[in-house]
Amino acid sequence: MGFFFETLIGGLMAGMLYSLVALGFVLIFKASGVFNFAQGAMVLFAALAMARLSVWIPECLGIDGRVLGNTLAFVVAGALMFVVAWLVERFVLRHLVNQEGATLLMATLGVAYVLEGVGTSVFGTEVYKIDVGMPKDPVLILEGSFEGGLLINKEDFVAALVAALLVALLALFFQKTSTGRALRAVADDHQAAQSIGIPLGRIWVIVWFVAGLVALVAGIIWGSKLGVQFSLATVALRALPVVILGGLTSVPGAIIGGLIIGVGEKLSEVYLGPYIGGGIEIWFSYQLALVFLLFRPQGLFGEKIIDRV
Amino acid sequence: MNMRQIVIGASATAAVLSSLFNASAAFAQAKEQFFPVLVYRTGAYSANGSQWANGYVDYLKLTNARGGINGVKVSFEECETAYATDRGVECYERLKGKNGGGTVFQPLSTGITFALTEKAPVDKIPLITAGYGRSESQNGAVFTWNFPLLGTYWVGADVAIQHIAKKEGGLAKLKGKKVALVYHDSPYGKEPIQILQELGKTYGFDVLLLPVAHPGVEQKATWLQIRQQKPDYVLLWGWGVMNSTALREAQATGYPRDRMMGIWWAGAEPDVKDVAEGAKGYSALTLQHGAEPGSKVVREVLDLVYAKGQGTGPKDEVGQVLYMRGLISAMLAVEGVRKAQERFGKGKVMTGEQVRWGLENLNLDQKSLDALGFAGVMRPVQTSCLDHMGSSWVRVHTWNGSKWEFSSDWYQADEKVVRPMVMLASSKYAEEKKLKPRTPEECRK
Repeated sequence: MGFFFETLIGGLMAGMLYSLVALGFVLIFKASGVFNFAQGAMVLFAALAMARLSVWIPECLGIDGRVLGNTLAFVVAGALMFVVAWLVERFVLRHLVNQEGATLLMATLGVAYVLEGVGTSVFGTEVYKIDVGMPKDPVLILEGSFEGGLLINKEDFVAALVAALLVALLALFFQKTSTGRALRAVADDHQAAQSIGIPLGRIWVIVWFVAGLVALVAGIIWGSKLGVQFSLATVALRALPVVILGGLTSVPGAIIGGLIIGVGEKLSEVYLGPYIGGGIEIWFSYQLALVFLLFRPQGLFGEKIIDRV
Repeated sequence: MNMRQIVIGASATAAVLSSLFNASAAFAQAKEQFFPVLVYRTGAYSANGSQWANGYVDYLKLTNARGGINGVKVSFEECETAYATDRGVECYERLKGKNGGGTVFQPLSTGITFALTEKAPVDKIPLITAGYGRSESQNGAVFTWNFPLLGTYWVGADVAIQHIAKKEGGLAKLKGKKVALVYHDSPYGKEPIQILQELGKTYGFDVLLLPVAHPGVEQKATWLQIRQQKPDYVLLWGWGVMNSTALREAQATGYPRDRMMGIWWAGAEPDVKDVAEGAKGYSALTLQHGAEPGSKVVREVLDLVYAKGQGTGPKDEVGQVLYMRGLISAMLAVEGVRKAQERFGKGKVMTGEQVRWGLENLNLDQKSLDALGFAGVMRPVQTSCLDHMGSSWVRVHTWNGSKWEFSSDWYQADEKVVRPMVMLASSKYAEEKKLKPRTPEECRK
């Protein structure tokens, strides 16, 4: 029983991290109707910037101390993500207002390749370290109740807490601020939003910047766990079933979807994997999402689309 | 003359000049030995692939700096595969006939090797797969164009078990033990399964198979199973980010790193550098060499290539494990050409078929290795028409928290175990593909 709970808790914590990446998809889709295929590349770009700047800035300024170095690197990497957002709006989205969804999706594919290429050219292709002081060693709890105790990965636990905090902040931002409402209005209809005076360009820069900041936090957490390298771009693939399941327009959907996918894939790998060859967790999560779609095509929390005939 | 005529005239002139230039370039290249270089400097495995590629290209540059191969200069062209089999095949097709024809191909991917194994005999270009590829391709009678020089995965798996047995106090002590194989779920990762199961039956230990999906960034479930099953040892058959993730997860689940052993593709600096103290005690097999920053060949690379600003990668990586693997892989190809020249004409450009003869008659003794700057880096290698591997020397090195240190003496694979498996698997392959294996008489021709 202890092992089951360990797997369950591990899945929940992994799920929170998937939610963090999924949030990037949701934010941009909510505000611009664009399915941002570049979210994984944004995570990679932001993490590379953070990892390299946390070394370069202290070297250039002669600063000693991890906290100050990391803080400055975070600020500069955040500013870089703003530049990325502005460039995407100026050179990609502005020219594609009211185009088909597929066109916008292809445009973000292009953005993904540009970000991956520029990121690795500027910052390098080696494995880089992000050291924000995350605890690495495990802790055992409830040793009296379960034989050998329940193993909790402290790093995952801290990461899940940070992810939960960020999710809560974003939910508040969307629901309670005027900018958040403007973002939702733009998502409903570009032209209608423009006609009532919402500046489309500015809104898109804001939302891509917010998604960039989410990517930066996700990049720091995943980079601290895995090391910063090209594979971080593939983390987005882990979040795709989350947004399919949770719904592309729902922040709570990203959270619940992440938790369901996280738990589902871990339990399937552990309990089902040995019977069908193992290594199943990636495709199993997609299968799980597809099963949910059979019953709720718009995802668990997605908006139901009703067209008048 | 209007604008349209000017444009047409300029285009025609450019086309003529361009064809003249290309013809002269082709003439110049006819005197050069062309080495296609399949690399992956992008994609999920770029951190490891780049180091190998830098070593490979630097050795080709060093060869030119040393005056070429008996005066024949070396030319090369990189093609990016991103470790994808389809892109690897595309690169092969693009480069195989270029600049007078490719000398050898070294894809650094077991998946691409599987795909090219059937193409190489048609195009008559050797495939060198030093330390990877199909294990049964050691049999040159069947795999006439494959050269898994220095070692195969069956060699690696056998030596890993020998090393574990030595730690336990003998092969008999393996009875009842449990060995987990955490492997990349790809042709590469699956290679050792067969021999481990055979060895398990022979010595009485259980083999627990734990596949990890590409690229290997999510292993929580795998390591929770390890925590539950409590294997005595874990063999790590990973590549790229999968290796460092495995070590991080081992730390996070409290599995002792000194009970983990990696194949030689899971024992380089990018695998452990960022895990640092967390990977302390972790061991990996070596394909003879480890990190060799003090070797003569590395000093030469620094003096003749980097000092002139022609280095391919970062200077501080010169001499690291995967850099050395690339360097040695290129050296084996160059020495294959040199050997071929002994028979077919010194100072001439060799064809793929001639280079195959060179690779089948490779005889790198200690004196040759010393002269090439590889003293202390590797042991002599001698191949034959029937033995395309040539040597199976392996050592173990251990990460001490900041660098790799050798921690064992030399091992060799147990021929009584590996040889019958090679013969069985290769004859099965020959039967499937309706190939007639070469006889020793045919080899002498």
